[in-house]
Amino acid sequence: MTAVDEIKIGGMGASRRRVEDNRFIRGKGNYVDDIVLPGMLHMEILRSPLAHARIKSIDASKAWAMPGVRLVLTGETMAARNLAWMPTLSYDTQAVLATDKVRFQGQEVACVIADDPYIAKDACEAIVVDYEPLPVIVNPTQSLAEGATLIRDDKENQSNNVVYDWEVGDEEGTDRAFDQADVISKIDLHYPRSHPAPIECCGSIADFNRATSKLTVYMTTQAPHIIRAAVALVAELPEQMIRIVSPDIGGGFGNKVPVYPGYVASILASILLERPVKWIEDRTGNLISTGFARDIYLHGELALRKDGRILGVRMKATADHGAFFSDAQPSKFKIGLMHSAFACYDIPNAHLQARGVYTNKAPGGVAYRCSFRVTEAMFFQERMVQAAADDLGMDQAEFRRINFVRDDDFPHRTPWGFLTDSGQYGKCLDVGLEAIGYQDFLKEKEEAAKRGRLLGIGISTMTEPLGAGNSREYDILGIKMFDSAELKIHMTGKALLRTGAKTQGQGHETTWAQIVAHELGLPAEDILVEEGDTDTAPFGMGTYASRSTPVAGAAVAMVSRKIRAKARKIAAHLLEISEEDVEWELGRFYVRSQPDRGVTIQECAMAAYSNMPDGMEPGLENVAYYDPPNLTWPFACYIVTVEVDPETGVWDVLRLVAVDDCGVRINPMIVEGQIMGGLTEAYAMANMQFITFDEHGNCIGSNFTDYLLPTAWETPGFELHEVVTPCPHHPIGAKGIGECAAVGGPAAFVNAVMDALKGTGVRNIDMPLFPDRVYEALQTGQDVSGAPPVRTDET
Amino acid sequence: MTSLFQEVSPGAAEETPTRQITVTVNGESRTAVVEPRLVLAHLLRNGLNMTGTHTGCDTSNCGACTVLFDGKPVKSCTMFAVQADGHDVMTVEGLAGPSELHAIQEGFKEEHGLQCGFCTPGMMMASKALLEENPNPTEDEIRWALSGNLCRCTGYQNIVKAVMWAAQKLEDEG
Repeated sequence: MTAVDEIKIGGMGASRRRVEDNRFIRGKGNYVDDIVLPGMLHMEILRSPLAHARIKSIDASKAWAMPGVRLVLTGETMAARNLAWMPTLSYDTQAVLATDKVRFQGQEVACVIADDPYIAKDACEAIVVDYEPLPVIVNPTQSLAEGATLIRDDKENQSNNVVYDWEVGDEEGTDRAFDQADVISKIDLHYPRSHPAPIECCGSIADFNRATSKLTVYMTTQAPHIIRAAVALVAELPEQMIRIVSPDIGGGFGNKVPVYPGYVASILASILLERPVKWIEDRTGNLISTGFARDIYLHGELALRKDGRILGVRMKATADHGAFFSDAQPSKFKIGLMHSAFACYDIPNAHLQARGVYTNKAPGGVAYRCSFRVTEAMFFQERMVQAAADDLGMDQAEFRRINFVRDDDFPHRTPWGFLTDSGQYGKCLDVGLEAIGYQDFLKEKEEAAKRGRLLGIGISTMTEPLGAGNSREYDILGIKMFDSAELKIHMTGKALLRTGAKTQGQGHETTWAQIVAHELGLPAEDILVEEGDTDTAPFGMGTYASRSTPVAGAAVAMVSRKIRAKARKIAAHLLEISEEDVEWELGRFYVRSQPDRGVTIQECAMAAYSNMPDGMEPGLENVAYYDPPNLTWPFACYIVTVEVDPETGVWDVLRLVAVDDCGVRINPMIVEGQIMGGLTEAYAMANMQFITFDEHGNCIGSNFTDYLLPTAWETPGFELHEVVTPCPHHPIGAKGIGECAAVGGPAAFVNAVMDALKGTGVRNIDMPLFPDRVYEALQTGQDVSGAPPVRTDET
Repeated sequence: MTSLFQEVSPGAAEETPTRQITVTVNGESRTAVVEPRLVLAHLLRNGLNMTGTHTGCDTSNCGACTVLFDGKPVKSCTMFAVQADGHDVMTVEGLAGPSELHAIQEGFKEEHGLQCGFCTPGMMMASKALLEENPNPTEDEIRWALSGNLCRCTGYQNIVKAVMWAAQKLEDEG
């Protein structure tokens, strides 16, 4: 007998085909809208057409009179139950249904519950709301102006439109570094509003059973346990009587982390009607009212020495949060992980000032495929780095290389105090430059320029903090950020694994089983993985911020090791030797002196239920809660080449090379799938995805005809490369990966277009790089800023 | 089949105009009484309990609701059920018989052409229409044929591979 072959059993490193695909390819997924409960009613939401207005009156009498209408909810109904407002995940409050005034276009004003969704929609249109329009604020400049209308007049002690002022770093030290600089490079940037727009919109089915007092809510949430806690606190229901079920999720990307008014209204409706109430958001509702991302302005400065070393960095960020500060941020860090910027560079002095403001826009700032504000951090970083290299007249690759943290310099304290622990930054850059043929491309670019063609190459390199938390520093609403796994080995050696995470396409049902296979030698196909039901899953913080593998995945390894430790005792009993004489190889314990005498893990499992040693607790089940010692720090190098058409401003991607170092890869196929998905979103951000507003606060981008998402036709092909630097503290050496390309990618595209425009006097074009903006920049030789109010054809 | 929705209050039933239609769905003739404004996707999902057809945008942009209508791909969220009267509709549930898989379904799994799975049924139906017309498509032809279907997870590269895998398998099978 020998150890089992890890790849054959679908262990670590196997590109195992996905278990979840078996139902998805048959159309047998179980998404919220697929669930039908007996007696179920349907809810629709009436939304505000105005961005800022006082509500003078709401007349719902015609709606109530329509056949098939069961209930109409307004702010007044909610207020009578103390539910007109709810706390957000960032210690702010948010209106569930508006009472006093509406503060953004699309805000929830009333809900109709009816026998079918068509009737509910008809009845919404029959509700008459009398609005008195108020001045509208759509950007931070207006918001902070003297005499600006107070948006949050509902809040005591709120005398202006500032959400927070926050700073981190050493201001004096940074000032000194700037005093000593040979060159100071400055740039102003806007990371525009975007929307994650998973193809499945949000929705819920609330099912309150008066007889048992149990509330079951099926909903599109990436974090079911946080929702259970929030419902317990907001609705004042006992937590054991609340069951949150997150079924199959049709994409999340951060959009399905916050608590939305629709969820709350469906719960109240079910409690009042004692029937299941389904709410399925339509696409416009999704785009204009939920989970916006980004919308941050930056003034950035780098203090540079002539030889290319960065001496200090200053960042001044202004975040537009919309009408409510409702995104989830770690409570210590008001602007998320913005201060993780420049973590891959060795910079002695840094200072960051951040201010959040309210505007008459939908509540925003969710972590769209990223860890809190890390996407903005890395975009600003890499745009500042390219501008600095240009200001010094240095090669952009070389400038990065001389400022990188060196391989022998770990652990390394980043400019704002994070601790990075591993990486081979120079090697990743080399692999990328080699793959793209850097020197050859520079020559080709020069040649092309002589014929009037504009070629450009853009680089983006970054390490980012993934896997919140450690619980010392990371909490949401005081709930510490850890995660969990529970493993039950049945007597036949088959197993059930549950975690506190929640897959939304990442393939947990496949990869978690691979980790167990790696630790115990059980075939992956023998392990059933379940997530998303708070009545059965151990408590965890859910899936977002690329935290599943760093935290829940680590818990899977740790619980497997607990199981193995107990199985070892059982093996000693079965082999009739002392535990010290037992050796382990994958799938099997054996006698050290007689390797052919052994028992399999499956035999130990049977013995745990039929022949355990005297005094041992029966069974082979355990649970692990994992609080990581640090974040994981993957590194990425993305290189893009483009050609810009000077006649039209249209730019095409020629090649895209991605080098990712996410440590040990559990399932390489799935890792590559994550990277390609992220690269596509990076391309989309740089090229087309744009949610903006006109001066009246009308959302421009309220459907997929106006809000452009990339299709198969324009999405470029990807060339993927890997470097592996295991994470020193993660039990299986893995680091987060899901978001890296979406975080690091956008700057590579923008840098490439800016490189093509080098010499024209244009220093920056704000995303998205629409052809008309590129064309305008080429014509005028001026930067183009894309801040709202949007420029329309009329203005 | 039974009436479309489980419960209709008497007043609504009197006021609401309805029409009887007969649609061949996955080879089986189905007759239903529907409101003229009912969209085809809702007939399939709510009336016939075939929830593999998803709706994602309500505006014909995302293609999650793609079904084959007399063999051609259509967005069933912007087509009325009454327009399908007398026609043939195929959904993802009709791609293969029980406990069988169509080559396209196998290809999507083999090449990791899906992640969250929400766009997948529509993506596969559009792929089927393509392969029926063009059994050996190039990468560009696949990308063009699928450009009415949005995917937010995969970046499309593996979807292209999945369709090529299926084309190869269908060719091998003759």
